Amino acid sequence: MDFVVVQALTGLAGASSLFLVAAGLTVIFGVTRVVNFAHGSLYMLGAYIGWSILTRLPRDPAWFAAGVLLAALATAALGALLEMGLLRRIYRAPELLQLLATFGVVLMVQDAALYLWGPDELTLPRPPWLRGFVAVAGSRFPLFDLVLIGVGPLVLGLLWLLLARTRFGVLLRAATQDREMVAALGVDQTVLFTVVFALGAGLAGLGGVLSLPDGSANLHIDLDVITDAFVVVVVGGMGSLPGAFLAALLIGELQAFGIVLLPKITLVLVFLVMAVVLVFRPHGLLGRPQAVARGAAEALALVRPAVPALRWLGLAVLALALAAPLFAGPYLLSVLTEMLVAVLFAASLHFMMGPGGMASFGHAAWFGIGAYAAALATHALAAPMPAGLLLAPLAAGAAAGLFGWFIVRLSGVYLAMLTLAFAQIVWAVVFQWDAVTGGDNGILGVWPARWAGDPRVYYLLALALCGGAAMLLRRVLYAPFGYALRATRDSPLRAEAIGLHAGRIRLAAFALAGAAAGLAGGVFAYAKGSVFPTYIAVGHSVDALVAVLLGGVQTIAGPVVGALAYTALFDALLTTSFWRFKLGAFIVLLVLFFPAGIAGAAQRLWERGRPA
Amino acid sequence: MSVLAVSGLGKSFGAVRAVDGVSFAVAAGEMLALIGPNGAGKSTCFNMLNGQIRPETGRILLGGRDITGLPPRRVWRLGVGRTFQITATFASMSVRENVQAALLSFHRRVWRWWRPARGYFAAEADALLDQVGMRAQGDRAAGVLAYGDLKRLELAIALANGPTLLLMDEPTAGMAPAERVALMALARRLAGERGIAVLFTEHDMDVVFGVADRILVLDRGRVIAEGDGVAIRADARVRAVYLGSGATSGGH
Ligand SMILES: Nc1ncnc2c1ncn2[C@@H]1O[C@H](COP(=O)(O)OP(=O)(O)OP(=O)(O)O)[C@@H](O)[C@H]1O
Ligand SMILES: [Mg+2]
Repeated sequence: MDFVVVQALTGLAGASSLFLVAAGLTVIFGVTRVVNFAHGSLYMLGAYIGWSILTRLPRDPAWFAAGVLLAALATAALGALLEMGLLRRIYRAPELLQLLATFGVVLMVQDAALYLWGPDELTLPRPPWLRGFVAVAGSRFPLFDLVLIGVGPLVLGLLWLLLARTRFGVLLRAATQDREMVAALGVDQTVLFTVVFALGAGLAGLGGVLSLPDGSANLHIDLDVITDAFVVVVVGGMGSLPGAFLAALLIGELQAFGIVLLPKITLVLVFLVMAVVLVFRPHGLLGRPQAVARGAAEALALVRPAVPALRWLGLAVLALALAAPLFAGPYLLSVLTEMLVAVLFAASLHFMMGPGGMASFGHAAWFGIGAYAAALATHALAAPMPAGLLLAPLAAGAAAGLFGWFIVRLSGVYLAMLTLAFAQIVWAVVFQWDAVTGGDNGILGVWPARWAGDPRVYYLLALALCGGAAMLLRRVLYAPFGYALRATRDSPLRAEAIGLHAGRIRLAAFALAGAAAGLAGGVFAYAKGSVFPTYIAVGHSVDALVAVLLGGVQTIAGPVVGALAYTALFDALLTTSFWRFKLGAFIVLLVLFFPAGIAGAAQRLWERGRPA
Repeated sequence: MSVLAVSGLGKSFGAVRAVDGVSFAVAAGEMLALIGPNGAGKSTCFNMLNGQIRPETGRILLGGRDITGLPPRRVWRLGVGRTFQITATFASMSVRENVQAALLSFHRRVWRWWRPARGYFAAEADALLDQVGMRAQGDRAAGVLAYGDLKRLELAIALANGPTLLLMDEPTAGMAPAERVALMALARRLAGERGIAVLFTEHDMDVVFGVADRILVLDRGRVIAEGDGVAIRADARVRAVYLGSGATSGGH
């Protein structure tokens, strides 16, 4: 019984921390409709700034409190800068581009923090009063955690007062419900949005600095925190504060008890709870359906067969690719093989996110499952390479089909979040299941069969498999199934009204895209001779997203062009210092100035002066 | 026997009783107009008939078969075509491809992965477009059409499954008066030639009285009058609703 009480209290403390981040995220979303991926980075900045401030202040409680507030205010100011510099330029962009731009900020902040604070974890020397305990149900419970338990409801109460009792709150609520109405009231939205963003950032900063006594400031907390915050916000319902509080309680307790009772599968439990909530309440516990998904119907280009010039260009590239083993050395061939893998990975994401309208933030999950399936086939089953390459798409397709069942009934941000959460789960399972997956060390020695050992042979095999699969996907898009898929994206209402089973069509597309990504993963595993959990990390999912957007999501050739350009750029950047910062800046600039991508821009140039 | 027979249909949104015990029938070849002021419950009726909204009370019989609560795609398979008040078409497809998509579904060719879709049912699609006067625009993107043309395209799509019942929710909104008359004359002709039962709503009373065989007047979810043009014109309650005396119309 005592155990239950103490764990429950620990869960409450965890819930408070979760709520602080989630509250900021959900308030920002409610008003600006932007899903801020960089929210975790603001939390991380709060922790670092808080560390810098608190280590310079006297160590009694009053100064501590002042330091905490100061750190939160500093983060709020940074948030305001971020809003003015970037966010306000992309409020009207499609959700996916917003997510991507803010992910660019995540990368930039990571390197900025590395530059300013160095790579080591920073812990706060804790004065005695911070190390105190109180007796609870016969055990010792940390005093600071007790304080934390109070902070969550306190912040909820203050936010409630702010919303219910002030003019700012009235405006904010009005903006959450009806943006046009606020505009009509003559309120300066620009200022309102900046203030809201600063408020949300300040809450994140507060969460960050309050995490110091029990943890540390380090370069990983941004992504850890944002994943948790996404889960809480999605479960609670995007934009709903009470929902976020409820969900934070639920997830906090689940984590507290899960860590003790089922340490290995806590993450899986959290995901399951999220999936179940979303199946029964697609807009979260207390969320409301969003009025209209933006950018859905307008500005969709027609899909026409490639013009002859483009066909010739494609054939020329193919001929060049086939001839590559004649002139390229082993190193160049291995780079080219990687490019082929990237092309199929991007093409498979494009398949579901362009024509399918299902933007995924966790596409690396299928790639990783394919890669691990191939590696395990080689190692555990001693299967020959062809069997591994067959198993890769099958395993990934089956997994995508299974989880797709949950995922395809959602849309927009909820779908992106659930794919992200699922990829994180796959990552965690692979990372923690040492005995089978080798954990962090991965699986080594996944070499191709002897007949394919020559880099030239393996390159041609990769060309046949990746190039062939990408062409097949393209073919499917022009076939009736591709039309049906686009129909469900363009107008779900009309699609159902002409007898299309949208759920089944989307699920099939999802599984097919997963299988193709799995094949890319399998080919990659044998090319590299090893597999690692990083294949499944968020960063890898984002690689595919950037490739697709760089190429242009509305064109069929886009993912190919984008994957080639992005791989080349990435390889060039990777060898330089602070490459994350540069990559992040590149992504942000891409979203701001090049939203239609290379192929989109080229198409527009080509079509200029020609009748539509 | 009537193609469509509805009895006791009802649906509430919160405190709003959108449709309240509506019963009627439509025979093959007959055109029934469903009219009423804004918010009377016309679209909600349509949405229940094609399965988009599940009715809380009542039954819907299509050719004697109970279709209450079936999802839209099943209802469509049973031969019900519909157009929407706010047009719903596929913006990333050409006009012809929009109709082809419906034909692919009708002929159960959706799960095909190889042959390009443009080669399927192109002639059939053109024939349908011809009927609604949209053939010349077959290659244009549906996303750039004028509103009246979108409505026509919707009609072509709605005819793709060779329906026995056609539901048209404000099919002529956004059209010039001459176009309205032409479109409804087309519907009239189709109803006659193919024995399609047509249920439609329309705000233009001249159009309604011109083509409808029978008229059903809804107000605040209830049927307040039913009959031919002459009877409806003479009905005191209908006049009250339409001339807008606050007491009967509920102040919309
Ligand atoms: N999805 C919904 N949620 C809540 N209320 C709804 C919904 N759909 C309709 N209503 C309400 O039900 C009533 C009937 O609406 P309906 O759209 O059926 O009217 P209508 O006769 O088609 O009007 P109009 O001529 O304006 O198209 C209205 O009061 C409307 O506000
Ligand atoms: Mg209506």
